[in-house]
Amino acid sequence: MVDVPLLELRGIEKLFPGVKALSEMSFAVQAGSVHVLCGENGAGKSTLCKIINGIYQPDRGEILINGKPVVLRDPLEARSHKIAMIFQELNFIPEFTVEQNLFLGNEPVNKFGKIDWAAMRRQTVALLEQEGLPYRPDTKLKDLSVSDIQMLEIIKAISYQANILIMDEPTSAISTKEVELLFRKIAQLKSQGVGIVYISHKMDEIFRIADEISVLRDGRLIDTRPASELDIETVIKLMVGRKMESVFPEKKPQAPGPVLLDVQKLSQGKTFRDVSFQLRQGEIVGFAGLMGAGRTEVVRALFGLDEISSGTISIKGQPVTIRNVQDSIEHGVAMLSEDRKRYGIIPVRDVKENMSLSSLERVMGRFGIDHREERKRDTEMSRRLNVKTPSLETLISSLSGGNQQKIVLAKWLLRTPDILLLDEPTRGIDVGAKFEIYKLITELASEGKAVLMISSEMEELIGVCDRIYVMSKGRISGELQRKDFSQENIMKLALIG
Amino acid sequence: MAQRFSDMFLAFMSKLTSKYSIYLILLAMLVICSLLSPAFFSAKNLSNISRQISITTIISFGMTMLIIAGLIDLAAGSVMALAGILSVAIYKATGSLVIAMVTGIVIGIACNLVSGFVVTRFKTPPFIATLAMMTSARGAALLYTNGQNIYQLDQFVIFGQGDIFGIPTPVIVMVIISLVTWYLLNNTRFGRHLYAIGGNEDAARASGIKVNQTKMTAYAISGAFVGLAGVLFMSRVNAGLPNAGIGFEFDAMTASIIGGTSFSGGVGTAMGTLVGAFIMGFLNNIMNLLGIQSYLQQIIKGGIIVIAVAYDIMSKNKKTASQLGNIEERGKEA
Repeated sequence: MVDVPLLELRGIEKLFPGVKALSEMSFAVQAGSVHVLCGENGAGKSTLCKIINGIYQPDRGEILINGKPVVLRDPLEARSHKIAMIFQELNFIPEFTVEQNLFLGNEPVNKFGKIDWAAMRRQTVALLEQEGLPYRPDTKLKDLSVSDIQMLEIIKAISYQANILIMDEPTSAISTKEVELLFRKIAQLKSQGVGIVYISHKMDEIFRIADEISVLRDGRLIDTRPASELDIETVIKLMVGRKMESVFPEKKPQAPGPVLLDVQKLSQGKTFRDVSFQLRQGEIVGFAGLMGAGRTEVVRALFGLDEISSGTISIKGQPVTIRNVQDSIEHGVAMLSEDRKRYGIIPVRDVKENMSLSSLERVMGRFGIDHREERKRDTEMSRRLNVKTPSLETLISSLSGGNQQKIVLAKWLLRTPDILLLDEPTRGIDVGAKFEIYKLITELASEGKAVLMISSEMEELIGVCDRIYVMSKGRISGELQRKDFSQENIMKLALIG
Repeated sequence: MAQRFSDMFLAFMSKLTSKYSIYLILLAMLVICSLLSPAFFSAKNLSNISRQISITTIISFGMTMLIIAGLIDLAAGSVMALAGILSVAIYKATGSLVIAMVTGIVIGIACNLVSGFVVTRFKTPPFIATLAMMTSARGAALLYTNGQNIYQLDQFVIFGQGDIFGIPTPVIVMVIISLVTWYLLNNTRFGRHLYAIGGNEDAARASGIKVNQTKMTAYAISGAFVGLAGVLFMSRVNAGLPNAGIGFEFDAMTASIIGGTSFSGGVGTAMGTLVGAFIMGFLNNIMNLLGIQSYLQQIIKGGIIVIAVAYDIMSKNKKTASQLGNIEERGKEA
C-alpha cells in the first residue's frame, strides 16, 4: 500500500501580473514528517506557503489533503482543513495582552456572545505552562521582546491543533534556548502525526529537523530528496545553481589603525552596565551574546536612539556627547537596526528616496535637490552594492529582505561614515545576499572604516570579525582574539554570570 | 505573437492608467460635463470654477503636506476666519494693504505653530490638538468682532476681486501656491522628510531627521497658506465674517484625498491635490448647471469620495502585486 500524503500539491502555477511566480510545482508532505523548503529569496517559497494557507489562489494545479482535492479560498478555509501558518513577519497587536493576542479571532465566548475572560485566562495559563514559557497572560505585547513574540506566534499556531503546520523562518528572531524549545515541540508534533512545512535559511537547523528537503529556484522545484541523502554543500549548490567558493570572504590581514571609537563604563539603568570597548580603524569587531544580553541596547544608545545613564564616549580621541541621532551622525557614526521594518525602511517610498534620506544635503543644487546628481549617485551606489531592483522608483517594500537591507546600508554609506554599527545585518536574508553583505563589510573595513557587528549567528562572527566581545546580562563578559575564536569559547562567555 | 502583443498593450495601458489615472478622470469629467451641459465648457464658466475652488484649494496644499507627514489640521477653517478678521481689522486701522496681508499670514502661522507645539511637545494626537485650536480660533474671531460682521473694506477687495490679465487674483495665488508646494515636496529636504516621517516616523528619526522641527515647519507653512486664504476670502466677500470658513478644512481634505494623498501618511503630491480640487469643482458646477437639488448634491459628493478612495486603494494593491512580479522576473534574468 502506498501512503497517501497528508498534503499534496500537483502542478501548481501562480502568475502575478507579467510574471510566473511558481510553475509546475509539485510536492508532498507526509504525516509525521518535516519537509524543509530551501531557496534564495524570490525563489517562490513564501508564495507557495501562502497558497497552502489560502492567502493566494493558484492559477493552475490542485491541492490535495489526505488524497482529496480541496479549494482554499482564504486562510479561514485553510484553518478549517487544519492548516496553520507561522509567519516570518510578526503579526500581533502591540496594545493587546498575551492572552488577547493568542485568542485573537478565536475568543472563547459564553452563550450571550460575551467574551469569557476567565476561560481565556485559564486556557492561556495552561498553554503557557504546557509550553514552558514564563510570560504573564496580561502582559501587553509591546512590552515583550521580538523573540518572545515570535515564540507566542508559534504556540498560537500550535494551539489551533493543526494537522499541517507551515513555518516561515520561525527562528529568525529567537534565541538559541528558544530554538531548542521549538525543536522539541516540532519533534512532539511529529510524533502526533502533524505534517510540517518548514522554511529556513539556516543550514544547521535544516539538517537537524528535516526529513525531506525540497530546493526551489526561480519558482521551480529543483529537487526533492530525503535529508539523509543531502549535505550542506549540495543544498547550497542546488539553491544558487553554482558552487559556493567559501561562505565567508577572504580578508587581507592588516594592522589595525588608530582607535576611532572608545567607550568607557557606559551604563543604562538595568539594561547594561560598565560597558567598555574600543573600535579601531579597519577593524571588524563582533558583539556576541544571547538574546537580551544588552547588545542592541548598547548600540542604540551609542547611536543616540536611547539615553545613557553614565559613561563616556570618545570618537577619534575627542570626548563627545550624543543626545540624539543627529549628534552621532555628525560624528560619522551610522547604524543598521536589527528591526529593519521599524527603523530601517520607509515602506511606502521608493528605492531612491530611501537611499537618499540621510544624505540629501550632498546633492543640493542651486534650485534644491539636484535630481540628476541624486540619480547618478544612487545608481552608482546600488551598482556597488549589487541591489536588484527594476528601477530606482520601485517601492522598497516590494523588494526582498536582502535588497532592502542593502538599500538601508546604502543610505548610510552615502554619508561616508567612519564608524558602522551593524545590528544583525544578515537577519532574514538568503545565503547569496548574506555573502554579499559579508564581502561588503570586509571591503568597508579595508577602506578604513571601523565596523561593529552584532550577530546571533556565531559562525558569522567567527567568519567575519577580527575581534569578538561577548556580552552577558548587560556586561561585557570577555573579549576574544581571532586565534581564540570558537563557538565553544563564545558560548562559555555568553553564559557567564 | 498576437497574444504577446495584446499582453504588452494591456500592461502599457494599466501602467498608463495607474500612474495618470487621476488626470484621466479629470479629462473624462471635462468631456462628460461638456456633453451634459452646453454651458459647462466656456471660458467664463471654467474661470468661475477656478475662482470658486481657489480658496479651499490654497488650504488644501497645506493640508496635503500635513497629511503626507501623518498630521492633520482640523482648525484650518477657524484659523482662516480669525486670520481674515484680524487682517481686515488691521487694514481698517492702518489703511495699509501690505500690513493687512502680512497680518493675516502671521496669524495663520502663529495659530498653527501653537497646534504644532502641542503636537510635538506633548505628543498630543494632531486630531485632538487641532480640534482644540478649531474651537479656540473660532472663539477668538467671534470675541474680537463681538459676533458682528465687519463691512466697508474699500481697497481691501482687490485681493479677492481683482484680476491680472483677466485671470482672477485668487486663481493666480492658487497656482503660485501649487507651484510652491510642488517645489517644497519635490526639491527640498523638508519635502522628502515629510514623506519619510509620514511613511515611518521611527525610521525617519533613526535616519537622523529632525522629526519635531519638520512637523513644526509643516504646520507653519500650512498656517501661512491658511492665513493667506483668510485674507483672500474676506476680500472676495467684501466683509470680515467671523463665522466664515466653517467646514473648509474638510473641503481641503477632500481635494487632497481625491488627489491621491494617503491618510496613512507618506503618499501624496501637489499636482494630485490640484487635480482633486478641480474634480470636486467640476462636480459641484455640473450639478448646479443640471439643477440637482443641493441636499442631494451633498449625498452624491459623499458617494464620489468613497468611490475615489476605494478605487485608489484597489489600484495601489494591484500595483504592488505587479511590482512584486517584476522583481521575481528580474531574479530570473540574473
